[in-house]
Amino acid sequence: MDVLGILIPASLFLGLLGLGFFFWMLKRGQFDDPDGDAHRILRDDYDDTPKG
Amino acid sequence: MTATFEHAHPAACPACAAAPLAESMAAKPVIGRLMLSLPGIHCAGCISGVERALLAVPGVSDARVNLTLRRAAIDASPEVTAKMLTDMLAAAGYEAHELDAGQLASSAADQAGRDLLMRLAVAFFAMMNVMLLSVAVWSGAEDATRDMMHWISAAIAIPAVIFCGRPFYASAWGALRGHRLNMDVPISLAILLAVGTSLYETMHSGEHAYFDAAISLCFFLLAGRYLDHRTRASARSAAQELTALEVPRALRVTAAGEETVSVADIAIGDIVRVKPGGGIPVDGVVTDGQSEIDRALMTGESLPAYAGPGSIVSAGEVNLTGPLNIRVTAAGRDTALHRIADLVAVAEAGRNNYTSLADQAAKLYAPGVHILSLAAAIGWWIYTQDLRLALNIAAAVLIITCPCALGLAVPAVTTAASGRLFRKGMLIKDGTAMERLAEVDTVVFDKTGTLTAGQPTPFGLDEHAPDDLAVALALAQATAHPLARALVAALIARGIQPAAVSDLTEVPGYGVKGRWRDQTVRLGRAIWLGADAPDHTATFVQIGAAAPRAFGFTDTLRDGAAATVAGLRAQGKRVMLISGDSAGAVRRFAAEIGIDEVIAEALPQDKAALIADLAAQGAKVLMVGDGLNDTAALAAAHVSISPASALDAARAASDMVLMGRDLSPIADAMDTAVKARARIRENFSIATVYNVLAVPFAMAGLCSPLIAALAMSSSSLTVSLNALRLR
Repeated sequence: MDVLGILIPASLFLGLLGLGFFFWMLKRGQFDDPDGDAHRILRDDYDDTPKG
Repeated sequence: MTATFEHAHPAACPACAAAPLAESMAAKPVIGRLMLSLPGIHCAGCISGVERALLAVPGVSDARVNLTLRRAAIDASPEVTAKMLTDMLAAAGYEAHELDAGQLASSAADQAGRDLLMRLAVAFFAMMNVMLLSVAVWSGAEDATRDMMHWISAAIAIPAVIFCGRPFYASAWGALRGHRLNMDVPISLAILLAVGTSLYETMHSGEHAYFDAAISLCFFLLAGRYLDHRTRASARSAAQELTALEVPRALRVTAAGEETVSVADIAIGDIVRVKPGGGIPVDGVVTDGQSEIDRALMTGESLPAYAGPGSIVSAGEVNLTGPLNIRVTAAGRDTALHRIADLVAVAEAGRNNYTSLADQAAKLYAPGVHILSLAAAIGWWIYTQDLRLALNIAAAVLIITCPCALGLAVPAVTTAASGRLFRKGMLIKDGTAMERLAEVDTVVFDKTGTLTAGQPTPFGLDEHAPDDLAVALALAQATAHPLARALVAALIARGIQPAAVSDLTEVPGYGVKGRWRDQTVRLGRAIWLGADAPDHTATFVQIGAAAPRAFGFTDTLRDGAAATVAGLRAQGKRVMLISGDSAGAVRRFAAEIGIDEVIAEALPQDKAALIADLAAQGAKVLMVGDGLNDTAALAAAHVSISPASALDAARAASDMVLMGRDLSPIADAMDTAVKARARIRENFSIATVYNVLAVPFAMAGLCSPLIAALAMSSSSLTVSLNALRLR
């Protein structure tokens, strides 16, 4: 059971990493236009002014 | 509003990065930021089409469509006006309206939404980790290992619960201080009791800890809260968007000349000039000029009225033919238009006594939960004399009965339903509007501007002599009056050639005259030509001394109007038409669209009285209207809808707004509303069934944290999935 001493901090660290990543995405505005982004990827013309 | 906006391009070399920058700075010293509303776009093709069309306009440096909000943000040089862009998009087949970018600045609502989302993310993180640790406990960890798991869970859950649960604690505290009970009281109590007893158990190496339940409770409830907030925020931003649609400006005449100023800066006594085709921005008296004014938005009359020196005009009317100078008697907040808007706000406050399904459920639910849990605690205490066990069981009962599913039941359904209606071009401004719409059995329509598009088309052209038509066309081409323009369009479509009329002069407020074959020819108002005014909109043409001949006009039907009326009748609704317009015009129109019950020449108070009468008879009325004369009726009705073209006050008074020109979403909305109400009821039943099954276990002291976690997650998931069926 000693391995728990490593695994639990490791899982918490990974979880926090995910949380931090989510905050970063929120700040970058990646949830501002979900519908538009979903459709933009299907366009034929090249998007040469990507947002951000 | 001006704002500089730059994209961070990944630069391969400094020169490449500098060149376009210098170029763009040379091309446009000041960048104007324009916002357009695009209610009709829905696919990748639309995004490309709109952006390409916008970028093709000289002076536009960047255009970005946001499909979620149906808006486009455009960076352009100052000489590019929103009007140019909307006209150009309309020509390309995309409906577009100007938005006042200043009105759309990110507001407190955005901040609250982001705050909720952050709490939600923290709750999710904490829930997943605590759940993982709990799996070890559930699968049989004992002694020191179990204690360690509990302590780590406590270390994660306690700060998370304190942070994430703040919205609930604040709301519960507010309710308790006001001596009320709301849903948040049992929620807060459950969270605090669960965390408290779990901490106590952990300190004493107890077997059961409910940290996982407490934090997942927070998560599910926050999810419900967030959905609810998003629906409201999008409704609020839609309302803002509609306010932003009107950019109030006025042309002030001073000794130095004319200047364009914001309506807010106009003072009483100022002289304001209104050009033909422009909306009148203030209340006032005409000092100079002659014209006709369109009062359709204010009174519902489709017949333009004459305005000359001394005539009283009010904000919201439209000047048609000649320029008018108006001495301001009231501006801004004091105009008749705004006074009525304020009255509407008062009327709206009166309507809020509608109790939503969620409130009805909460009223039954909150006391019941407290009584159950208190009974369990007292029962077990008397039976075993063990306070610790009694508190543990009380916590278990509170957690099991906690309204996770109930908290999600309504927001999940309204989010799904309003998302569906938004895609069809309808905005829900009020949270309970959907529920109220589901109860509607009577639909009352306004005519002018609601069922009609407000664009006149001439009828009965076949009855006129070719000479009359040719002369009328020549005369009509000399003016920008809307009736004349409609006549020109109709005559040219019939292949009529204009007659050779000379000496064309416009007589503002009356019509146009000219000379043709040595005779005076005139086109204009009945009074001017000495003809009897008919009961419908008409213009007259007179050749020489001959009797004037009338060209009658009828309003074109709005897209989808006939289908909507037919659809509502097919659904078994009673459909009525009420209008401030003359009896003849209304009757002819009603027969055309297929409505039997008609009330014409109604004053604004008549409309409100009719709605009140119907309500007194027990009917649930849906009012659809657009004008100032409809606002009282819109506010009095059980639920109300107005088109985007409606007056500010009318949109403020109504619960839902149609974004496009088409009326057909109304029938869809009724259908969706009925389905949404059924889903909400189903969700309540599902949540109740889970509770009824789990509560006896909890009361009997058989509820382990595992059962609590399972019951909570599965009921929340079932409810959310059931709501999603509506999409």
